[in-house]
Amino acid sequence: MIAIEAEGLKKRFGNVEALKGVSFKVKRGETFGFLGPNGAGKTTTVRILTGILKPDSGKARINGYDVVEETLKAKQSIGVLPEVSNAYPDLTAWQNLMLVASLYGMRKNEAEKRTVKLLKEFGIYKRKDSKVKGFSKGMKQRLMFCMALISDPEVVFLDEPTSGLDVMSARMIREKVLELASDGKTVFLTSHNMEEINMLCDRIALIDRGKIVTIDTPERIKAKVGGNVAVEVSFDKPVRLPRRLNAKKLGDKYIIYTTAVHETICEIVDYAKKNNVKIVSIDTRTPTLEDAFISLLEGTK
Amino acid sequence: MKSLMKSLAIAKKDVLMYYTKGPVVIFGILLPLFLFLAFSVGRSLPLNFLIAGLISMTVFFASTSVSPAIAPWEGQMRTLERLISCPIDEKTIILGDIIASMTFGVSISAVPILIGVVIGLIPSNPVVLLLGIIASAFCFSCLGLLFSAYPTNLPSTVMMISSLIRFPLIFISGIFIPISEMPEWSRILAYLSPLTYFTDIARYSFDLMPAFPIYVDLLVITAFSALFLALAVELHKKAIYKRI
Repeated sequence: MIAIEAEGLKKRFGNVEALKGVSFKVKRGETFGFLGPNGAGKTTTVRILTGILKPDSGKARINGYDVVEETLKAKQSIGVLPEVSNAYPDLTAWQNLMLVASLYGMRKNEAEKRTVKLLKEFGIYKRKDSKVKGFSKGMKQRLMFCMALISDPEVVFLDEPTSGLDVMSARMIREKVLELASDGKTVFLTSHNMEEINMLCDRIALIDRGKIVTIDTPERIKAKVGGNVAVEVSFDKPVRLPRRLNAKKLGDKYIIYTTAVHETICEIVDYAKKNNVKIVSIDTRTPTLEDAFISLLEGTK
Repeated sequence: MKSLMKSLAIAKKDVLMYYTKGPVVIFGILLPLFLFLAFSVGRSLPLNFLIAGLISMTVFFASTSVSPAIAPWEGQMRTLERLISCPIDEKTIILGDIIASMTFGVSISAVPILIGVVIGLIPSNPVVLLLGIIASAFCFSCLGLLFSAYPTNLPSTVMMISSLIRFPLIFISGIFIPISEMPEWSRILAYLSPLTYFTDIARYSFDLMPAFPIYVDLLVITAFSALFLALAVELHKKAIYKRI
């Protein structure tokens, strides 16, 4: 069963083509990561899927409902945590949640019970009667998460949920995402935090300049880098490694992706001996999602 | 019914967010009072004429004071995005804003009525006056929403548009000069202002000769309301997505 479906989404803002035919499907119960550099079209896609923007062409469906033609039915089953806090600053946490509950058509006692439960779960119950303008960024984000979950939605959109948060708040939010997944909810997550995406998502779509670059599981995306192992080496002075190693310079380190670890390390050691340079450190690791992200984006340029 | 409940939730939010602020309430009362004093002091006008005019101005200014700025404010604060992501349509949002504005207009009208009572002027037709206040507060609130149909997130731009229309309207609506004493060209303009018809109802409620039959006043106010509401809904449907 498909929970979220985008089919050839296009969107233009003046001369800028923000989306150039974005298509993907998210299965029910899946945690789907949406990655891309700034300005790639992530937020535009999320805004179209949540009915905030209308696409110029293409279709978007939530649980089978077209977000343009059957917008209210589509929105009824989603909860949205936007990138920027948009709780009412002069209302209390309680008032903000009750407002959103009313807009989802929830009955008062049902809304109150759910509000108490969420505020307690997210550790802000004691501040329920405080105005949001006095909240820290972490508290605001927790409240926004509560607002996204107030109607117990089937599909949850989280746009950069841990961006700029302290360690504890970020950790709590990640735990909540995992809980949602275990409850069978569909989660659509955009983030710049590769480790977070790697840890939380079943599948990932990478978007760049309005086009989907790849969609796959985190492990398969990592394997697309071109080698199974990354060899990370640093020398006591700047060097020019042989071109066939295809080394990437990152700070004072060089990264080489390879399937032949032994031969590569031997070649590095030979090179160091021949050129009279000392190896300061050498390490092997599997490529990270960030490695894959950079490699795939470079491939599109 | 569900849609009306959602509009009421938005109206409650508007009241808590915008209308219960001290400066809003004070200006809702003081601005029409000072304007009225500026144009009536020194002229030998009967007290019931003055109070009826003050009630008209107060309802008009109160109902159009905050509603034009709500959409640009919410666009700026990104709370509009929050509303749009919920399962509600544009009409529900607009109706909620109108209900809040209307409630404020009706509530503030109590102040000039009380001033009248204190100086011994009790409306002889309170039911007609109340009906007129409710109908015209709704009409002026719809007009206020029309001012913010221009898709900008700058409240100052919207307030400038609003002032450009609101201030001329009070001078052509028979508040300071009865319609019967106006020149012909000015009288034609007065007929185009919804405020003229509410001022007429207020005068009637204080035993002054109305320019039109009261049912005509109420019908015209209703017609203006329908026109302003339809226009506001249509224009905001387009503008709302440009604010995001």
